[in-house]
Amino acid sequence: MSCAQSIQDYALRSLGIGERLLPRNDFTLCEQVVLIGSGLIWNVYFGVLALSFGFLLATAVALGKAADSPWLRKPSEWFIFVFRGSPLFIQFFLAYEAFVLLPRNGIELLGITAETGWLTRAWAGALIVLFLNTAAYSGEIFYGALRSVPKGDLEAADAYGFTGWHKFRKITWPTMLRLAWPAYTNEAIFLFHATTLVYFSGFPAWQQKGDALYYANYFADKTFNPFVPYPIVAVYFILLTLCLIALFGWANRRLNRHLPQTQRRRIRFRPQVIR
Amino acid sequence: MFQACTDPDTLDGLAWLACYLTNGKHIAFYGSFLTVLSLLAITAPVALAFGFGGAVAARSRIAPLRWFGQAYTAIVRGVPDIVFFLFFVIALDQGFEWLRHKVKCPGWDQPIRQGSDFIVCAEAKLPLSSSPQWVHEGYGFGLAVLTFAIVFGAFAANVLSGAMRAVPRAQVETGEAYGMTHRQTFWRILVPQMWVYALPGLSNLWMILVKATPLLFLLGVEDIVYWARELGGAKTNIYAYPHPDWRLWYFLGLLVFYLGLTKVSEIVLARINDRLSLGQATAAGEARRRRAAA
Amino acid sequence: MKKLILTTTAAAMLTAGAATAQDVVRLGTEGAYPPYNFINDNGEVDGFERDLGDELCSRAERECEWVTNDWDSIIPNLVSGNYDTIIAGMSITDERDEVVDFSENYLPPAPSAYAAMTDSLDLGNAVVAAQTGTIQANHVVDTGATLLEFPSPDEIVAAVRNGEADAAFADKDFLADVVEQDSQLMFVGEDVSLGQGMGMAFRESDPELRETFSEAIVAMKEDGSLNEMITEWFGDGAPTFE
Repeated sequence: MSCAQSIQDYALRSLGIGERLLPRNDFTLCEQVVLIGSGLIWNVYFGVLALSFGFLLATAVALGKAADSPWLRKPSEWFIFVFRGSPLFIQFFLAYEAFVLLPRNGIELLGITAETGWLTRAWAGALIVLFLNTAAYSGEIFYGALRSVPKGDLEAADAYGFTGWHKFRKITWPTMLRLAWPAYTNEAIFLFHATTLVYFSGFPAWQQKGDALYYANYFADKTFNPFVPYPIVAVYFILLTLCLIALFGWANRRLNRHLPQTQRRRIRFRPQVIR
Repeated sequence: MFQACTDPDTLDGLAWLACYLTNGKHIAFYGSFLTVLSLLAITAPVALAFGFGGAVAARSRIAPLRWFGQAYTAIVRGVPDIVFFLFFVIALDQGFEWLRHKVKCPGWDQPIRQGSDFIVCAEAKLPLSSSPQWVHEGYGFGLAVLTFAIVFGAFAANVLSGAMRAVPRAQVETGEAYGMTHRQTFWRILVPQMWVYALPGLSNLWMILVKATPLLFLLGVEDIVYWARELGGAKTNIYAYPHPDWRLWYFLGLLVFYLGLTKVSEIVLARINDRLSLGQATAAGEARRRRAAA
Repeated sequence: MKKLILTTTAAAMLTAGAATAQDVVRLGTEGAYPPYNFINDNGEVDGFERDLGDELCSRAERECEWVTNDWDSIIPNLVSGNYDTIIAGMSITDERDEVVDFSENYLPPAPSAYAAMTDSLDLGNAVVAAQTGTIQANHVVDTGATLLEFPSPDEIVAAVRNGEADAAFADKDFLADVVEQDSQLMFVGEDVSLGQGMGMAFRESDPELRETFSEAIVAMKEDGSLNEMITEWFGDGAPTFE
């Protein structure tokens, strides 16, 4: 089978488009590269969505942890502790087990029946776990940044008559982001790496639609040779990481563009986050 | 374990539970907690050593060594750790056996790869196939430690090289002004001072390491996740203690274990941080000095 | 890969086997597939294959040792030499035969069956759970049903119980115990016969060990002790050798 044929058959296989049967024998390198690449769609899907939603919740959690009221502070602290203090692997497993315990027929709530079946599917269930997980990690990063916002900036804002939401939106929040950005970049990279765990712990693959690691595992299983598929995954992830660094580096330059050249901080990819 | 446990079918309630929780399998399960803790205890210093080597290599004045150090950290960090775990152990194992094979059996004239088989002479097998089971398990554990150390060494290398850059340049220059050689300034000034800058990064790394341990079962080590799955799965009457699917409870137990480990680590690391700040030219060190003087 | 196989001569393979002739034979198994093999409450390997393996070793006058390994990586670890044979309820298939060599089968082709909570099920359109990398998983894909994969046999039954899957598809002998002890579960549809029975797997470069065990299996078939063992573990209805 030619390589063009493989691309046509398997490039979107992870979404269920294309050939239904996975290759069974005479595996070519091209098939492995295409199919594993197809699985990468799910890694990007989980990564992008979890990061986007997680960003919003993380801001809320950071503000909660910095709040004076214990009613806001305590839940935020516990949320961060539980999700940062336990392995993602176990969170996935527990979430899956908890979701399958929900009644099959949906929950009656105020006369409306809420469907629950989709929660056990990886696209939703695993996304929720990743979302909460990254929100906790980023929340801690943002909290640290929030406490480092220079006092002078806030006093200057007061002097100009900024208050409440306006002050937060125009002064506190941009400065917090600027300070948190290098660490947040690392969190994003770790999150993308963590998406490989989805099909490895609890969430089953439907109709052989899985992520990059799922297909790599499939090939390793069929060819009994781990030395081809796993390095392919590795190369894909190195490329993905480079794209992320470029993207976040661009955002970093935007966030810092008002500063004098010498004060700008370059992003160094350093593991300052805990997973 | 207990006398009463000889016939589990006759037991019920608490007695059944007590016998169940002390059967041979559960003892192995409890033992696996020690496996995880000892893996952490051994891996941490080994990974730190790897990291130190990597950091020194990355700032070496010899170009190939520098490239090696930089490539090591860049590649390992760019790839999800799980991908490494999935094929590193077999790769390492085969690599070692191949090396031993080259040394011990120079007269061997057959190909090492026969089809998908990987064949080395009997003397080069690691461990020797006549060794008792505990040697095999110990070897598997050793490979796991090495794999973890290679992965986390790359992260540690990054933290340490950042820390070396963070030591104020003036400190090293002062040393040079006193006539110290490059080697002397490195060991006597840079290395003792870098730890306080490295500690936040290393603490995070420790936390990541703790939370990577559930992946141990991928490396063929019978760890807590392996036993939790094995014990928690529904058991039919073929087992002495039949029960439905209890994996949820076992995994909740693991969750508590990890949360506890995190809490303890946080407390200990905060103490170390406080201790290390003593006498350092940082804000925290200054605060300690003031507190002591007051 | 195939080219490399051709380069090895039979003579070379014999000497390779001879070097390890008197060492301990390490038997690799999964330990999660009762009654074939499982870890009993004392933490030891137990089951039909434990009995069979021990008997074969004593007949072959070889010292044996049990090792457990995840199903996922059970073949790669055999070919890289971490144990010498697999005896783990592994069906003999052409696909696997390309990588390993099988002994004489020690169990005749056994039926695979569907277990479900309801008998009104269109198996062609159902969601069927099977263990990753088994002949059953391949079969489910071929029937056109939706395949749901889990890494261990235990989890496929759990998936049916919690409604995640409509049916579980596995060896009937494995499901028999489960179905018998759970009033909610039942067998549905026709049994399917897959594979060519179960055999021990060996490295292709290790024909001597394979011969040794094959002979022992044949001997056990002839004197009827294998059939006795099958009946003991799988009940009177289980298919035996003629």
